[in-house]
Amino acid sequence: MTDSFLEEFKDPKLAKRLAESISAITLDRPVTVMHVCGTHEHAIGRAGIRAVLPKGLRLVAGPGCPVCVCPARDIDLAVAAARIDDVTVTTFGDMFRVPSTTSSLEEEKASGGDVRVVYSPLDAVEFARKHPERRVIFIAVGFETTAAPIAASLLAGPPENFFILPSLRIIPPALTFLLEGGAGPVEGFILPGHVSTVIGVDGYRFLDEIFHVPGVIAGFEPVDVLRAVRELLAQIGGEKKSSVVNLYRRVVNEEGNRKAQDAIAKVFRVDDVEWRGIGTIPNSGLVLRSEFERIDAVKHLGLTVDTEPVDIRPGCLCHKVILGESEPEECKLFGEACTPRRPHGPCMVSSEGTCRARYQYRPVNQKPRE
Amino acid sequence: MCLGIPMKIVEMDGQEAVAIAGGIRKRIRLDLLDGVQMGDFVLIHTGYAIEKLDAEEARETLELIKQVYRAGMTGETEETTS
Ligand code: SF4
Repeated sequence: MTDSFLEEFKDPKLAKRLAESISAITLDRPVTVMHVCGTHEHAIGRAGIRAVLPKGLRLVAGPGCPVCVCPARDIDLAVAAARIDDVTVTTFGDMFRVPSTTSSLEEEKASGGDVRVVYSPLDAVEFARKHPERRVIFIAVGFETTAAPIAASLLAGPPENFFILPSLRIIPPALTFLLEGGAGPVEGFILPGHVSTVIGVDGYRFLDEIFHVPGVIAGFEPVDVLRAVRELLAQIGGEKKSSVVNLYRRVVNEEGNRKAQDAIAKVFRVDDVEWRGIGTIPNSGLVLRSEFERIDAVKHLGLTVDTEPVDIRPGCLCHKVILGESEPEECKLFGEACTPRRPHGPCMVSSEGTCRARYQYRPVNQKPRE
Repeated sequence: MCLGIPMKIVEMDGQEAVAIAGGIRKRIRLDLLDGVQMGDFVLIHTGYAIEKLDAEEARETLELIKQVYRAGMTGETEETTS
């Protein structure tokens, strides 16, 4: 078997034909659908998918960027940790430049803090093993996809000098929150393909059973996103019964990855947590179970913040962008006072942030302002 | 963040493995996935294989997409099951 079957999904001819069939659809009223994944935002931006959507269809980005929804307080705590002499803070690259209330991990590193970017929690554990004299903290940020590897690395028995700063969040409660009032007119969801590898189709049954809202699990090639849009429109238009549909069957199955679910459940329990700019969402976060509490960096180091955390700086519309209520372009700072090089809000920092993706793929006639 | 990279397993040793894609070789872990075999395509996220890629499903999906391609502009929707 070669990997040509993966390459075929990238065939631009197929995407073009699908795009044409979608452009030809006429809507008798405005419709809004939402995706909740930073990687989808990139796929959409890169392929210019918004330009081929039928008139009247809005495809908005929801809270799909874990770094963007990580509260300033958690970054403030990481900054406090980086100021302790024998502490090394390890983080995914995405977190490195996110502004906290008064600083960022990047600024802490510049002023002498030991902050290191890692690709995997395994790298952080490895570093801790090689440096028993240091207390090593890994900032555990992410959704289900990332929670599973982090749980696995904790179950493997990391050394005593390894700790995590837990800031993990899960997607279904956020969708419930959106549908119970936060999401305005959203009539259907494109569901995040890789969160779905863990939670499966079953993880979203509530969408249909409780809210009667369609959801389509989609992959990340243009054809995947286009098919998801078409499926949503068929359901919203009443041609098909509303249901949760898996259009990413080459990767996602009905029940998800049980082993990953078990690993998460062994290490973490759900709790109410804050989402940056949104507020507290019930049962939407993963916190360490009592058996693993000794790994909690906040408790172990007694970390506190001395200034009241500021999630959204003046002028930033990130809290509305995250909920799909505002487009990045509506922010006066977009591309002016806020650019990937000098980000003002979290949505411009992470490569998954909606503002960042929108900036990266902005139309060429919109002159670069940097 | 939830980026998953499809890679092919070329070496295995217990829960450790080596996977390749586009000329890149990576040490990865198999703790989250049962029944992985040499030559399997898996999705890698932060150093762990989180799911297998199903070549059969991939082919079926491609076939469905191509049907639309052949059907042209009729805007026909493909059959899907939930
Ligand atoms: S462009 Fe910058 S300041 Fe404006 S909403 Fe986005 S992140 Fe916030």
